[in-house]
Amino acid sequence: MNTTNLAEALPRVYEQPQEEKTIIALKDVSIYYGSFQAVKQASLDIYEHRVTAFIGPSGCGKSTVLRSINRMNDMIRGSRIEGSVRFHDHDLYAADVDPVLIRRKIGMVFQKPNPFPKSIYENIAWGARINGFRGDYNELVETSLRSAALWDEVKDKLKQNALRLSGGQQQRLCIARTIAVQPQVILMDEPASALDPIATGRIEELILELKNSYTIIIVTHNMGQASRVSDHTAFFMVDEKRRGYLEEYAPTEQLFLNPAHKKTEEYISGKFG
Amino acid sequence: MIQHVGNHPFGKKHRPHEVVIETLLFLFALFSILITVGIAFILVRESFLFFADPDVDLLGFLTGKVWQPMIGLFGFLPLLNATLTTSLIAMLLGIPLGLFVAIYLAEYASDRVRGFLKPTLEVLAGIPTIVYGYFALTFMTPLLRSIFGENRVDIYNTASAGLVIGILVLPMIATMAEDAITSVPKDLRLAAYALGGTSIETTFKVVIPAALSGLSATFLLALSRAIGETMVVALAAGAGPNLTANPFKAAETITGYIVRISGGDVSYNSVDYNSIFALGLVLFVITFTLNLVSRKISGLFHQEYD
Repeated sequence: MNTTNLAEALPRVYEQPQEEKTIIALKDVSIYYGSFQAVKQASLDIYEHRVTAFIGPSGCGKSTVLRSINRMNDMIRGSRIEGSVRFHDHDLYAADVDPVLIRRKIGMVFQKPNPFPKSIYENIAWGARINGFRGDYNELVETSLRSAALWDEVKDKLKQNALRLSGGQQQRLCIARTIAVQPQVILMDEPASALDPIATGRIEELILELKNSYTIIIVTHNMGQASRVSDHTAFFMVDEKRRGYLEEYAPTEQLFLNPAHKKTEEYISGKFG
Repeated sequence: MIQHVGNHPFGKKHRPHEVVIETLLFLFALFSILITVGIAFILVRESFLFFADPDVDLLGFLTGKVWQPMIGLFGFLPLLNATLTTSLIAMLLGIPLGLFVAIYLAEYASDRVRGFLKPTLEVLAGIPTIVYGYFALTFMTPLLRSIFGENRVDIYNTASAGLVIGILVLPMIATMAEDAITSVPKDLRLAAYALGGTSIETTFKVVIPAALSGLSATFLLALSRAIGETMVVALAAGAGPNLTANPFKAAETITGYIVRISGGDVSYNSVDYNSIFALGLVLFVITFTLNLVSRKISGLFHQEYD
């Protein structure tokens, strides 16, 4: 796909380096809950095998935009979207698109760890099973848990109920569970905000490892986290009508060290938020 | 003007009415416990009288296949069998039906449909059980007879009573099962959807299993209710102990027998009369156990998500 043309059409896109390959393209995305407009015309490209962070004050619509990428917003009654979200050049909101199939390619990890009240093993196997996976389940469980840096801690208790793991382990299990479905993209909605600093550190290390195999989009309130793990950062803001919009989108280093917009600078220096 | 005991502004204040009200409430609570204990006591005492009778022995009571007080045979298996038959049939109808209604209400129904379905269930729950009894006798039995043939289905039969009890417990199962299903955290549904689950997969492979202990507790309570149900079986199941596996035959249940004896002209000191207390005790033990197990299970269920 020709990303340059798309990039030129966007109002606030930075010059992208040559090697970046767009995997998801949002164009003029507006999202409504009933008559309330939550997001106003957000346009940005997400690059393959990169970590993209969405930051911004509460109510800026960053989670809403995230959930529009795997159509989890469909779950919310009265939600509506305008504009286009393209994944590998497929319009995710075309009439003949099945959101169930999208979610198998674009997985999601939530703010609060939400393992199923089943065994560790079954948590991993569940997604594969409903996807009709016919390979070796033991191998799948092991690889997924290894990828999520959890294998060594749980290999002797795979039959144990996942709810008995610690919060940080539960969250890594949720990541492992997502990986087991073999998605291309993993959306993370404040994945570490319910965890202690040590568990948070583990998740951050994990994210850096996972980007070799997956494209990751992470919503975070923690600017330190965004600067540590992400390659690109999108800063969302709220306008006077409480609508969220994309204020600035740039490579993370550039956005944090040399923001182009005054609001970005104010936010990252802690003047509001 | 507030009266303080001490001299400082935070000294203890006298609130005599609170003590009075608290004591009254405690007495009411105590009263209900005393009544329960009293009932259990009378059941046990009268049962002792029954088992003290020379015609009766405990082993014969528990294993005997004939219940005929007239000739001194007190085997309660025919009565138990009829009770279990009607209850089992009731569960076979009530559990799937109630569960599906609950799943529909909890996961799929729009607000409009809910607003219509819930009150309808409440109406169903409010119908007196005697009316269900008529319903069994005047609708369900003729229906069964027209389907399976009049020579195969007795006028009084356990199938008809069982099916109607199934309808009777439906609102209870639906309401409690819906509660169990809705109390499964929304997070789990989102997790299932995010893994590419369809709504059917999410409901049946995540939500229902997660609600299983709450659902089991519901089913046990419903079973306990069905075992104790009296009016429907008294009217429609038959008036005469009969050890049969055929649900189209008449057979008297434990409750049905108790109704017939306590309503009849049996003298107070007879073995017949005392037998209903022994049977009452059996019922009490069965339903009490079921309720205890049910409570235990639903306690586990609440632990899981706290």
